[in-house]
Amino acid sequence: MNERVEVRKTYKLFVGGAFPRSESGRTYEVLDFEGDFLANAAKASRKDGRDAVLAARKSFGAWSAATAYNRGQVLYRIAEVMEGRRDQFIADIASAEGVVGLDAPRIVDAAIDRWVWYAGWADKVAQVLGTTNPVAGPYFNFSIPEPTGVVVAVAPQASSLLGLVSVIAPIIVTGNACVVIASTERPLPAITLTEVLATSDVIGGVINVLTGDPAEIMPWLASHADVNALDLTGITDPALATELEIAAADTVKRVRRAAPDEDWHEPATLSRIRGFVETKTVWHPLGV
Amino acid sequence: MTFEYAPAPESRAVVDIASSYGLFINGEFTSPVDGGSFKTVNPATEEVLSEIAIAGQADVDAAVSAARRAHSQAWGLMAGRDRAKYLFRIARLIQERSRELAVLETLDNGKPIRESRDVDLPLVAAHFFYYAGWADKLEHAGLGSNPRSIGVAAQVIPWNFPLLMLAWKIAPALAAGNTVVLKPAETTSLTALAFADICQQADLPPGVVNIITGAGDTGRMLVEHPGVDKVAFTGSTEVGKSIQRAVAGTNKRLTLELGGKAANIVFDDAPIDEAVEGIVNGIFFNQGHVCCAGSRLLIQESVAEEVLDSLKRRLGTLRLGDPLDKNTDIGAINSAEQLARITELVESGEQEGAERWSPECTLPDRGYWFAPTIFTSVTQAHRIAREEIFGPVLSVLTFRTPDEAIEKANNTPFGLSAGIWTEKGSRILWMANRLRAGVVWANTFNRFDPTSPFGGYKESGFGREGGIPGLAAYLQTDDEGQNS
Repeated sequence: MNERVEVRKTYKLFVGGAFPRSESGRTYEVLDFEGDFLANAAKASRKDGRDAVLAARKSFGAWSAATAYNRGQVLYRIAEVMEGRRDQFIADIASAEGVVGLDAPRIVDAAIDRWVWYAGWADKVAQVLGTTNPVAGPYFNFSIPEPTGVVVAVAPQASSLLGLVSVIAPIIVTGNACVVIASTERPLPAITLTEVLATSDVIGGVINVLTGDPAEIMPWLASHADVNALDLTGITDPALATELEIAAADTVKRVRRAAPDEDWHEPATLSRIRGFVETKTVWHPLGV
Repeated sequence: MTFEYAPAPESRAVVDIASSYGLFINGEFTSPVDGGSFKTVNPATEEVLSEIAIAGQADVDAAVSAARRAHSQAWGLMAGRDRAKYLFRIARLIQERSRELAVLETLDNGKPIRESRDVDLPLVAAHFFYYAGWADKLEHAGLGSNPRSIGVAAQVIPWNFPLLMLAWKIAPALAAGNTVVLKPAETTSLTALAFADICQQADLPPGVVNIITGAGDTGRMLVEHPGVDKVAFTGSTEVGKSIQRAVAGTNKRLTLELGGKAANIVFDDAPIDEAVEGIVNGIFFNQGHVCCAGSRLLIQESVAEEVLDSLKRRLGTLRLGDPLDKNTDIGAINSAEQLARITELVESGEQEGAERWSPECTLPDRGYWFAPTIFTSVTQAHRIAREEIFGPVLSVLTFRTPDEAIEKANNTPFGLSAGIWTEKGSRILWMANRLRAGVVWANTFNRFDPTSPFGGYKESGFGREGGIPGLAAYLQTDDEGQNS
């Protein structure tokens, strides 16, 4: 019997649209839900974190200046490319999360549909969250939401794909750039997602994905002066969450607090979009 | 030719200041448990106006308990339409007593009566009127399903617009069904205590509004109190950061309105006379005690000389002196402490090589005063171009291209406000897009309205006051996770 020897993949980080190894040269073992060896994943260092912030900041100008229509199309494109790799994601989810039967497809479908849901928001957020304001004077006055800037997010630990997508999509749809730390023990679906992102017209640097330990990387990013906001959704240790929130205060970062028990199959709301936008209000006199 | 102005002072007879004030807790004025007090002075004369109580831990506990009880037993259960009517009542009472409140504000704060009368008080009443109308329409604000109050709000406000900042804090909080414990700034407690009297006249249920006075310690006890669900602070970035640290690890919601270092950008096609009025209003309004003050003037190089000449000419006509005089443009600096801070920063400007200029200006013998000051030859590295001075001091820089103007305007950790002066509409919108600031005034400056959201990007804080975003800061819904 001549069984083919499969070609295995090296799992790397996704920074600035490229796939580097960790500059530290470190990896860690990723096991499946039964505890068997799956792969070695890159163990990102604080330097990788800083590189990712740099890449995110570099992309922010172009991404936030892209038209809302364009950003919507890019998010929709991610859904399209994911759909094409549906089977791979189902296999990834099954081995990472141990979900059986129809649960794995259900999770993958929900993740793809979530991109579609958020894609549609790109050119509607300003209409729903913005408005003209009827000020008591001869002025035209309007408020619009604008992206906060560079957001560092910790993805949920358990829900390695649906949770991850549910965190990333609302951050980037309004024009933010993000650095996201994938589920530590279940990073492979995130890495498969980066291969989708790399081929989905997402500007390099808008989404940067690190694998490794948030407890090691996050303190450096929480105090990083070029980071505007933190999404601590996937932080499971309350002491670490508090420490990060304290560090965030040094530059008055916006913080979305930890939510380890969030049910990702619930319909999404505007809440996550709201958390990472700023309201800008512009006044101009009326006159002839 | 110089014009001599006859004095035109507003009468003080309309105010009745008690020799001492207690704390307003659960609808009544009470003495602080530990009995401490401090003197509040008129910064224009150093005359002692009254003795103000210092709230200690037991008083803060009592105020938070009163607010909790009022929330769970009265205000939180009340129909929105009834909350609305209380707020409309308060708005009307403020209008009825606006002259008294304006004079009191000017006496305690040092700002010109022209400003307290024509700007602060009308905006205070308007703010209550605007949010009163929201109280029974929360589900129409589009902020999520099942909008409801958060609970007890701890609110700490600054001394630059004492009653206006109180209105910005209390009106949306009450409209949304929260109860509040508010601490006014140490140097400007009097109008907040007068507001307590208005709450009594309005028959507001006891405990819905509690006013506790004191200094930084009282404020710290209040925001750190475990019985508080929401913290709102307006003040310095330094204190704001310490509050953000203090609420870390709690479920308290937080909004911060902090410092600024706004760029006021004048292009070569701007109408110079209008721009100069805007520059003056931008930095000398309220003695520059304005977080959104246009403290960095960026002039396009080709018109720099012309604008500066015109600006200096205009400054020569500003009248500094008795804040109660209806002709006064520039009043007193709010405190000796603030005067020292302004003086120190201005000295650093000279030491670092910037050129200082002030019009001829006689300062009164008593009180705290600072002449309007302009610095030229300022670089972006100078402290006077980077730090918030919070005084009548303008730093002037120049630029050549719109890109350079944006680069310089955004080169600050702050992001509260910005100004643009140009006749070209497309340039206004191009600039407004790129300025990282929460409020952008184009061909105007320092305009405020209750319908218009106010608040900053970056280290100028987060959350908005005014408009629908201002309401969102005091509501929770079924749709949201925890944004601090």
